[in-house]
Amino acid sequence: MLAKRIIAALDIREGRVVKGIKFQNIRDAGDPVELAKRYEEEGIDEIVFLDITASYEKRRILFDLVKRIAEEIYVPFTVGGGIKSVEEIREIIKSGADKVFLNTAAVDNPELVRETAEVVGSANLVIAIDAKWNGKFWEVYTHGGRKARGMDAVEWAKEVEKLGAGEILLTSMDTDGTQEGFDIPLTKAIVEAVDIPVIASGGAGSPEHFYGAFKIGASAALAASIFHYGKYTVRELKEYLAGRGVNVRLE
Amino acid sequence: MREIAIVDLGIGNLANVRKALGGVITNDPYEIDRAEKIVLPGVGNFGAVMERLEPLRGVILDTINEGKPFLGICLGMQLLFEESEESPGSRGLGVFEGKVVRFRGVRTPHIGWNQVFPSKECPLFEGIKEGAYFYFVHSYYVNPRDEEVVAAKTDYESMVFTSAVCKDNVFGVQFHPEKSSKNGLRLLKNFRRL
Repeated sequence: MLAKRIIAALDIREGRVVKGIKFQNIRDAGDPVELAKRYEEEGIDEIVFLDITASYEKRRILFDLVKRIAEEIYVPFTVGGGIKSVEEIREIIKSGADKVFLNTAAVDNPELVRETAEVVGSANLVIAIDAKWNGKFWEVYTHGGRKARGMDAVEWAKEVEKLGAGEILLTSMDTDGTQEGFDIPLTKAIVEAVDIPVIASGGAGSPEHFYGAFKIGASAALAASIFHYGKYTVRELKEYLAGRGVNVRLE
Repeated sequence: MREIAIVDLGIGNLANVRKALGGVITNDPYEIDRAEKIVLPGVGNFGAVMERLEPLRGVILDTINEGKPFLGICLGMQLLFEESEESPGSRGLGVFEGKVVRFRGVRTPHIGWNQVFPSKECPLFEGIKEGAYFYFVHSYYVNPRDEEVVAAKTDYESMVFTSAVCKDNVFGVQFHPEKSSKNGLRLLKNFRRL
């Protein structure tokens, strides 16, 4: 049976991990490759690298990093953040990333989603959606959560599926950073609206939260802080989930 | 003498396959011919990749006939068969009889970690637990005419498909061992040690 996936997220700036991570026995806690290796050992199913490097000129640093990751890591990984063109996407995949994700550029230019799906295949294309409840509907935000777009996230999810997205990485801005649990109503609404896998993100603080997301149909759940600060290891989390009957890769 | 030739079709990044197996990434028929073992990784469209592989068809079939261990990964496994629904009219390597078909009635593509259950003795799975997880990304799967070549099966939603084949010196896996952490590394090591 297909396993539910646990995904770790790492924020990268100019080739370095942004948030400090409290792992012991790590030579260089700022090196994304070292951290990714550690996560792999603990049993992570996938890693998402979000590049927040502001300057486009420094893109080369990201491509070089992707090559290093590809050489050292034996689990799939996804790269995104500020990607605007098919050329960049091609370069990232060629450098060894398994998937790319698009967010702002997809909203600005939905045609890019279709084009990317044709170039790299739907299986390698993730669309990230950041959403926030505005009292009437879950509104899509872009530019790292700074810009409201007036669009309904549920409708946008359906549209990107039609355009060829292979997966949706759904972040709730209402729960993100709270560590009080994933946004279940939002996640449920999106899971029910599309057939492609939905990755729940934003708000993970305990193993119960992951269970909650999987119970309503999320295919994967993503977290950063819960792992970074050593609150739970990936293995502890998976053991808990397996104990509650969730199908996870545990070996 | 190069030990393992990893056939480079110019698609995707083979760095971690090479790191796990050693050997050389090449599309030089001479280098493939003198290798001890051949690995054919593959991502992409059956017909398009077969077109790139066409100039190497002879040398690859020769090495297989000489009894050299051969491993096809993902599309590389599908290319061992006669034809694929993905590219009607395109002729595969035809090492195994049968056709590559598209998933129907299940979520496609099949992406993620799924369990592999060996259905016969195969040295690739030595030391790997029954039902171990491997990473898959694909929309097509192989339908071997001869059930004997099936080495492992995988359940996906309402169906079961062939996830590995194995006959004499020829091996194929539908999943990506190079993305399957410890189990994948063990499988690649098993191949290296053949």
